[in-house]
Amino acid sequence: MATVVALAGALLLATGCGVTRGPQSDDMTMLIPNSPGGGYDTTGRTAIAVMEESDITGGSFEVTNVIGAGGSVAMTRLMNAEGDERTMMTAGLGVVGSLYSFGAPHKLQDATPIAQVIEDQEGVLVPADSPYETIGDLAAAWQDDPGSIVVGGGSSPGGPDHLFPMQLATALDIDARDVRYVPYDGGGPLTTALLGGKIDVGFSGVGEFEGPLSEGRLRLLAVSGEERLEGEGVREAPTLQESGIDLVFTNWRGIFAPPGISEERRDELISMLEEMHDTPEWQQALEDNGWIDEFKTGDEFTAFLQEQDERVATTLEELDLL
Amino acid sequence: MDNLGLLADGFGAVLTPENLLYAVIGVLLGTFVGVLPGIGPAMAVALLLPVTYGLEPISAFIMFAGIYYGGMYGGSTTAILLNTPGESASVMTALEGNLMARGGRAAQALATAAIGSFVAGTVGTLLVVLFAPALASVAVEIGAPSYFALMVLAMIMVTSVLGGSPLRGFIALFLGLTIGLVGLDLNTGQTRLSFDQPLLAERIDVVVVAVGIFALGEALWVAAHLRRTPAHVVPVGRPWMSGDDVRRSWGPWLRGTAYGFPFGALPAGGAEIPTFLSYVTEKRIAARKGRDEFGRGAIEGVAGPEAANNASAAGTFVPLLALGLPVTATSAVMLAALQGYGIEPGPGLMTDQPELVWALLASLLIGNVLLLVLNLPLAPVWARLLQIPRPQLYAGILFFAALGAYAANLQAFDLFLLLLLGLLGLLMRRFGLPVLPLILGVILGPLMEYRLREAMAISGGEVSALWSEPLAVVIYVVVAVAVVAPLVVRRVRPAPAAVAVDEGIAGNADDEEKVR
Repeated sequence: MATVVALAGALLLATGCGVTRGPQSDDMTMLIPNSPGGGYDTTGRTAIAVMEESDITGGSFEVTNVIGAGGSVAMTRLMNAEGDERTMMTAGLGVVGSLYSFGAPHKLQDATPIAQVIEDQEGVLVPADSPYETIGDLAAAWQDDPGSIVVGGGSSPGGPDHLFPMQLATALDIDARDVRYVPYDGGGPLTTALLGGKIDVGFSGVGEFEGPLSEGRLRLLAVSGEERLEGEGVREAPTLQESGIDLVFTNWRGIFAPPGISEERRDELISMLEEMHDTPEWQQALEDNGWIDEFKTGDEFTAFLQEQDERVATTLEELDLL
Repeated sequence: MDNLGLLADGFGAVLTPENLLYAVIGVLLGTFVGVLPGIGPAMAVALLLPVTYGLEPISAFIMFAGIYYGGMYGGSTTAILLNTPGESASVMTALEGNLMARGGRAAQALATAAIGSFVAGTVGTLLVVLFAPALASVAVEIGAPSYFALMVLAMIMVTSVLGGSPLRGFIALFLGLTIGLVGLDLNTGQTRLSFDQPLLAERIDVVVVAVGIFALGEALWVAAHLRRTPAHVVPVGRPWMSGDDVRRSWGPWLRGTAYGFPFGALPAGGAEIPTFLSYVTEKRIAARKGRDEFGRGAIEGVAGPEAANNASAAGTFVPLLALGLPVTATSAVMLAALQGYGIEPGPGLMTDQPELVWALLASLLIGNVLLLVLNLPLAPVWARLLQIPRPQLYAGILFFAALGAYAANLQAFDLFLLLLLGLLGLLMRRFGLPVLPLILGVILGPLMEYRLREAMAISGGEVSALWSEPLAVVIYVVVAVAVVAPLVVRRVRPAPAAVAVDEGIAGNADDEEKVR
């Protein structure tokens, strides 16, 4: 029994609830809006590891995973921490959609945006035996009869894998309401459905499909970003724009601070993240995780958020989901 | 048989004294962390994974295999002793296991669980060795219609555990189905029954429901009767399984394995359905044999589901190794671990990196043996935990249940939820509602809905899609035979024997009263 209690105690310490923070300390808290191991968690923890290793903030970080309503719960906690200069949160495109889906009163730009740190491209994937050889084939068939193509994605409505096919449909002059979207619980089940030929085409982050793509069991018809991806099995895939479709769609993640912090502190946090971005460790982490280096700070990031927010709202409105 | 030769080479690489020591440490660590309430195998493996980094790949494998099996078994230990299952797959083990424990047969329950895990794990791993690549390509062809048919089959089976009063059974079942509706609807992104509470939007975890209804409800029920009932001391049972226990466990171990492995090998099979099917099967067989102890602590009800759980876990290596598809939380953690060790799962795995794969499979078999060797002697020791006087024991259960619920998310809201479910559990016992149909409703409802809607979304609302797969048709035929056959038999030959079969579990509450 004693061992069990000791282990339980160690567990609680490890998850951070026993840690107190003095007022003079440079230690900070990082809120993560989903569970350990998820995309935001990996991004947030990697950024922290790099900052701690290079002693950029002068203190250490405590990570808190705040799970609930696709990030809305974490967002509420960030908004309630108004003026707290020692708290930050990792968020991204998925949270923008969730804030709408769950009717949250805030938008991401209501907090203090610090920096966008990474970008992830979405891919258009079909099984190896699919009749669609190019994105043009797929587009033509889809425009011809929107109801004949079953699309799948790894997120529920409002998430990146749902927004991307809807925006692609709009770009192809297909009514987004005619799109037959089947949501899957992440990349694993989506891959199963594609391999089994249950759906015609899948939309998700390209990083999830490295294995099946390099083995030739899935085909990547196009990527969603401005430039092609590097790497085995994916560099042949054209961008949508190369293929004559006027759409650039990226999943992105960034760091936010609570509202109401001082101008000086905001600049300080921005310069900390700039310093992090310049380290060789961060560049290595980008490469290891297959993330695209897309770094924006301050007003540029705020303007980007404004534009993203409007695009999400427009798509959800077209689908009568708002 | 070539594969078996390669497996022997794997053993050669793995079996060194140093590696065995790592395996022992892995099993012990895994068991101790897995024993913590609210920590299932996925969490235990994730927490302990960093321990294996920095070792040679082979040493890391074998320690990892130990942690994995230890974590799985540790979860069953708390389910049996404290009625606090750490994951949905242990819910069925907790049912009869805890009744056995309170009847002074904790050591036997733990032993049959350990041996059942061993049998199922070993048979399952050997099946992976022999058939993984072939099975994997068949498994992805199975889609939502077949999974839905399986859910229909499971739902029909639920009627056999409704208890003495079908009305009360159905009330409990529908309460469970309602709890299963709470939260985000994956298909539309809308929230249901969340009463504008963002924390409810995330769905209510089956584990929180099971711990609340089972452990907390029971503790409150006992507290409510503490003054009126004489102090009940858990009898000190025999420390080991008797010959009769072993004879009664053999069939359930093997049948449980037969249920568990195919479900594990299916990309969306999971462990909940096979553990449940195994439980129902064993209950029926026991009733037919005329020694139905179900509802009072039947060893068959621990042996079967526990074997099914472990065989399903072994089965998940089929899609994991052959396709690189993680299909459960535990296998997602394992995929990350394997990639950390330099294994890249996929169809080419068996030919590209044979040494690593066979060393891994050999490690799994060795980890399984060590688990049995280390944990069988420990079973009587764990069992003495229940000798703690009742007030302190239940206080301990409350503490660990609350700790488990809180530790997952560090949110006070989960404690309120746990307390609320505990009160529900108390009320159900007070009014004689069986708790099992409620838990099954929470588990099966969302799975069934999700599969139905996936099938409908793919077919564009065409209902005939539901019987568009051969497997689905086969299952519907089985369901039809199962439902119609007893009616026909009863009409042709109105025998009194048919009545006795379904008298099994009346509400847990009634039965617990009988025990005291």
